[in-house]
Amino acid sequence: MTAPTRHRPAPPARLFLLAPLVLSNCSGVQSALDTAATAAGHLRLLILSFTLICGVVWLLVMVMLGWALLRRRPAATDAGTQRRLTIAVSVCVAATVVIVGGLTTLSFLATRTLGSGEGEIEVVAVGQQWWWQFLYPAGGFQTVNELHIPVGRTVRIRLESPDVIHSFWVPSLSGKVDMIPGRTNALTLKAERPGLYRGQCAEFCGLQHSHMAFTVIAEDAATYARWMVEQARPARTPDTSHPDTSEAEAGRAVFLVKPCAACHTVRGTRAVGTTGPDLTHVGSRRTIAAGLLDTTRGTLAAWTADPQTLKPGTTMPLVPLTSDELRQVSAYLESLK
Amino acid sequence: MSRSRNDPEDRRPSDVDLPEAEVARRLHRTWATPRTLKDALSTVDHKIIGRRYIATAFVFLILGGLLALAMRLQLAAPEARIIGPDRYNQIFTMHGTTMMFLFAVPVMEAVGVFLVPLMIGTRNIAFPKLNAFSYWIYLAGGILLWVAFAVDVGPDVGWFAYVPLAGPEFSPGKRADIWAQMITFTEVSALAVSVELVATIFKQRAPGMSLDRIPVFVWAMLVTSFLVIMAMPAIMVASTTLILDRLVGTHFYNPAEGGDALLWQHLFWFFGHPEVYIIFLPAVGMVSTMIPTFSGRPIFGYLALVMALIATGILSFGLWVHHMFTTGLPRLGESFFTASSMSIAVPAGVQIFCWIATLWAGRPQMKAPLLFICGFIFTFVMGGMTGVMVASVPLDSQVHDTYFVVAHFHYVLIGGALFPLVAAIYYWLPKATGRMMSERLGRVVFGLIFVGFHGTFFPMHILGLMGMPRRVYTYQPEMGWGGINLFVSVSALVLAAGFLLFFIDVFRSARSGPLAGPNPWNAPTLEWATSSPPESYNFLRIPVVSSANPLWDDPDGPSVASGLNIDRRELLVTSVVEALPEARESSPTDSIWPLFAALATAILLIASIFTPWAVVWGALPVTLALICWFWPKGEPEDEA
Repeated sequence: MTAPTRHRPAPPARLFLLAPLVLSNCSGVQSALDTAATAAGHLRLLILSFTLICGVVWLLVMVMLGWALLRRRPAATDAGTQRRLTIAVSVCVAATVVIVGGLTTLSFLATRTLGSGEGEIEVVAVGQQWWWQFLYPAGGFQTVNELHIPVGRTVRIRLESPDVIHSFWVPSLSGKVDMIPGRTNALTLKAERPGLYRGQCAEFCGLQHSHMAFTVIAEDAATYARWMVEQARPARTPDTSHPDTSEAEAGRAVFLVKPCAACHTVRGTRAVGTTGPDLTHVGSRRTIAAGLLDTTRGTLAAWTADPQTLKPGTTMPLVPLTSDELRQVSAYLESLK
Repeated sequence: MSRSRNDPEDRRPSDVDLPEAEVARRLHRTWATPRTLKDALSTVDHKIIGRRYIATAFVFLILGGLLALAMRLQLAAPEARIIGPDRYNQIFTMHGTTMMFLFAVPVMEAVGVFLVPLMIGTRNIAFPKLNAFSYWIYLAGGILLWVAFAVDVGPDVGWFAYVPLAGPEFSPGKRADIWAQMITFTEVSALAVSVELVATIFKQRAPGMSLDRIPVFVWAMLVTSFLVIMAMPAIMVASTTLILDRLVGTHFYNPAEGGDALLWQHLFWFFGHPEVYIIFLPAVGMVSTMIPTFSGRPIFGYLALVMALIATGILSFGLWVHHMFTTGLPRLGESFFTASSMSIAVPAGVQIFCWIATLWAGRPQMKAPLLFICGFIFTFVMGGMTGVMVASVPLDSQVHDTYFVVAHFHYVLIGGALFPLVAAIYYWLPKATGRMMSERLGRVVFGLIFVGFHGTFFPMHILGLMGMPRRVYTYQPEMGWGGINLFVSVSALVLAAGFLLFFIDVFRSARSGPLAGPNPWNAPTLEWATSSPPESYNFLRIPVVSSANPLWDDPDGPSVASGLNIDRRELLVTSVVEALPEARESSPTDSIWPLFAALATAILLIASIFTPWAVVWGALPVTLALICWFWPKGEPEDEA
């Protein structure tokens, strides 16, 4: 999975940074400095200004240390030294107080620009060991590991967890907020530009904390509306008359007979399990296994055949299938667009 | 003694009017630990126990460091399959737990155990049997943790053991119990040492060492001890309630039954944040004590430094929520903790500016300890700066639980505590072994550690900003973190090489280094007034102090007090503020019972992981050991 790389002209402040090369390197798939939302943009500015101020302060202290060590020393110390040192140290301490006060104020101002208030759209995000469930109350459906939002509108996300603590984090859009069992937190997202933004669980949550990613897909209003309609539909039933889909149809039968249906839901079928992810439109999603693999028929088959090797410790059990059944199930899953 | 005593009891043998050789002979007979196994296990000499403590802590540093290298091996390339997630989670949990609970806190306490009685001019630490007990209990806790890890039941829930992940539902088995019980061991030992140090510092200072003449390191240990005494109960409550949830079926942390997952975080960090200063304050105390020696002038701003230590200690209890900025606490509360977290930069700044002023006004000699101190200032100020950054709630919402934070706290813990500790080893090891370490190797060691450290940890800031979370056993190739991670892993090898060379030099110098003599650095404090290594009784006669830098201000050496008994162990007790002599107090002789009491306690605590009944039946041997420990010996009463 790749996000479009976004390059923006360096703001002038960056030129003064101690390590400009280093920081401009910080673009990337999941970078806090490569932002696409006002909130994250404010945070980026805050990070850069703190870095700049702190860098300058550090440099000044080092200059003082260097001077103290290397200065040319007079043969005898004169009597006024102690008094001058007292003044110098007091001034430095006073400057520390002022700088710390200034940074605290800066931090408060930044806090006020970050809202966690009302949103135009509400989504419930549920962190689970080790995948993400997104409930769209307005559409009456849920999706997995893939959060679609319309560009330019404020989306309020309620954050919940039924098992252990997770943390919802999409650095390009916003800071992180924890999902704590027994509590409900919330945060708002507002993407400025269409694109794919990767998020990842930021609170250690067990064996597969490392592979608990998701994608936020920000799209224009029309695309988003179309997607909502698509997702609200029950799963497609493979067209049995067509030879290409007969395999998928056979896969559907296998899926319903084998233990798959005990944990997974495919709306419109008898599969109504709720332990594992809803698979109604699994074929339309970009990735499976919480960002581990791109969705292809091959990866679907591989995941079904041997989840514990791909993601050791995952709650998905190994379901013994014959090679024919595996081929059929993967065809079926891929067909669930 | 400075004032004469005329009571009839005083006819017992004392050191008055005896030739020095005779005093030394009889003091040796009274205080020395003979070289037999039983005596080695029974000793209550603070120097022997301190040395053991320090050596054990460094063994845990090496073990924790090897775990770090294992993690760097796994993270050097994306999707590496060298270490699986289960083992990796154990490894990073063990690394954090070992470094915090088995290395950093104990080693600082241990240096205090070794140095404080020497620096304040007394013959042994207060409650020396408790001191022996605390070492054995610490050792037992460390062995418990590492044996568990060796047999694959090492804890795997992080050194912070957040519930519900560490609770009964999501961590079945004994792994989390081992962690929680190991806490009990180390906390008991830390509390014991703190009590000893407070009593020693308040009541056993050399006559004349009033509060304003105490070496800054001793002040730092005093403040640290109070921090331990006030912070440890929180973690005791936390780990005990966790054990109860797991073993007895209580629901302190179970939201489904009205418990609260965040309660754990409050309790843990109410301890966990002062913990950082429990490690850091002794380190800055060491720095404040070493800088005058290498500047050739008294410390600038003694009062300001001591006030800064106390202020840091107090403020450290008002910061814990900054570990919880992303948990969705009310904004107003978070703002308070932002302000308090940032304000701790002020006492830190006071200390740094006082050190720089001392160096500026003196004539710095760039010996190995000062080299490490400069490395400390360079590194720690950077860590302080990132500390100011993570103190900001909005900024923290991006970098919290990423490698940025990993970089930050390694800058403050390695840069802020380990660098001063290494400086302290170069400085005080000659006192402990009587032999100097190599200046030439010291420079190479410093170069390797300094370059290796910054190569390892600076890039982690960038990884964090690029979105790499902590505690991941691997990452996907398309994240673009591979190159930096490889660089970090290679740098970690350089850092490890530096420490390897350091340990080689420690062993080499202890065997064949040049002899140090009593005061190789021309230092001003009392520990340098006695031989290197010090005799079992520390000082032939108790020094009398008339300034903050006694060895500089009295070129002929400090004057001494006489009148202590030399045929039985006796200390001089002085008043808290002025250090006026108040009494002669007997000091306990060697005893095997602290070891047996520690063994019995260890059995109780370990068995209680498996059955609550262990608390009942295990109490019997503990009681028995304590009865023997405290059995009256029929010695004459101490003089009041």
